[in-house]
Amino acid sequence: MPVSETNSKIIYEALKASGVGVMSALPETWLVHLIRMAEDDPDMALVRLAKEEEGVGIAAGAHFGGARSALLMQNHGFLQSINGIVSLALLYKIPLLMLISDRGHLGEPDPWQTEGGRYTRPVLDALRIVYDELGDPADVDAKVAKAMTLAQSSLSPVALLLTRDLMWERR
Amino acid sequence: MKRIDCLSAIYDSLEDCAVVTIMGAVAVELYSLGHRANFFYLEHAMGLASSIGLGIALAQPNRKVVVIDGDGSVLMNLGTLTTLARYAPGNLTHIVFDNESLLSVGGFPTATSTGSDIGLMASGAGIEHSVTVRELDAFVAEATEAVESDRLSCVVAKVEAVGPAGFHMDLHMLENRFEFPRALRLQDEKQAEPPPRPDPRGAEPLTDEPAHPH
Repeated sequence: MPVSETNSKIIYEALKASGVGVMSALPETWLVHLIRMAEDDPDMALVRLAKEEEGVGIAAGAHFGGARSALLMQNHGFLQSINGIVSLALLYKIPLLMLISDRGHLGEPDPWQTEGGRYTRPVLDALRIVYDELGDPADVDAKVAKAMTLAQSSLSPVALLLTRDLMWERR
Repeated sequence: MKRIDCLSAIYDSLEDCAVVTIMGAVAVELYSLGHRANFFYLEHAMGLASSIGLGIALAQPNRKVVVIDGDGSVLMNLGTLTTLARYAPGNLTHIVFDNESLLSVGGFPTATSTGSDIGLMASGAGIEHSVTVRELDAFVAEATEAVESDRLSCVVAKVEAVGPAGFHMDLHMLENRFEFPRALRLQDEKQAEPPPRPDPRGAEPLTDEPAHPH
C-alpha cells in the first residue's frame, strides 16, 4: 500500500508524546496505518465513529474526564462536523485537536475527492480555527506538540492538515 | 408518565455520577430539582450528549456516567447507538425520554409518533440491554438497575409531551462547563487516599520551574 507507514508512525508517536489517550477516527485511505496503530496500542482508546461529528462530542467528554484526545478524519468529515464544532467545541470552549486528510489537491487522482479540498481552508478561516499543514516528516513531532499545546491553552479547536506529500509514499 | 416524576424518582441515585443532559425541558427539569456541579446541561449540539457521555466513560472507566437524552436528539445522531454498542462501556447508562415531540421548540411531532422505535433501534444497533418503559415504577426499577449495573444499558421512557413553564436557568453555560470537570476531579480526590503530608524538615522544591516563567 502506498500510504506511508513510516510517516504514519511518526504522526502516531507524536500524538502519543502529546498525551493523546483517546483517538476518534472515521477510516479513510490515508488514515489506515494510523488507525491500525491505535488499534494495536493497549494504552490508546480508539473509537471508530459512524459519523465524524460524534468525535466532537467524544473529545468534549474526554476533556471533561481529564484525557487528551485527537479526531482523525478526511476533509469531508470535517465539513460534516461543522455544527458540532460550532455548537459544542467553539460554544463551550473545548480543546479539539483535528487531524484532517487534506484530499483534493495537486496529485489527487480520485475525481470524487477533488471538491472537498477546495473548501477546507476557507471554512477553517471562516471559523477562525488555527491550522497548519503537516508536509515534512521532520516537522511533524514539533507541530503536533505545538498544536496540542495551543488547543489546551486556548480551549479551542486546532487543525493539522495531512498533505499528500506526507501521507503518500513516493515511488 | 411525566418526565419530571421520573427525574425526581432517580435524582438521589445521580449524586456520584457524571450526568449529561440535552437542552431544553430535560435540562430545566433536572435543574429545577436541585442543581449539582456534576450535572452538565448540553444547551446545543443536538445529538451529541451521548457522544459526550461515551467520551467521559472511556476517559474514566471507574465513574458511572448517565446520559439523559430525548427522542429528537437521538434521531439526529442515530449512528451514536452503533458507536455506543460497539464499545459498550459498562459504566454508561443511556436514558432516552421519548415524548414523541420536539417539545422545547413548539411541540412538533417526531418520527417516534409515527412508529419509529428507539428501543428497538438501540437493540438493533447492538446494545444488548435495551428496554422501553411506560410506567413510573418500571422506569425507576430499570433506570436504577442500569446505573448500578456494570453493563451498557439503554432505557427508553415513553413520557407525556409536557414540560416546565419556563426555560430560565440561573447558570451560564460556561459556568456549568467549567464547574462540571472540576466537580468530577473533586469527587475523585474525595474518593482517593489523602496524599502523604510533606515533611517540613526535608522539604525540597517541588519543581525547578519558576512559578511565573514570564
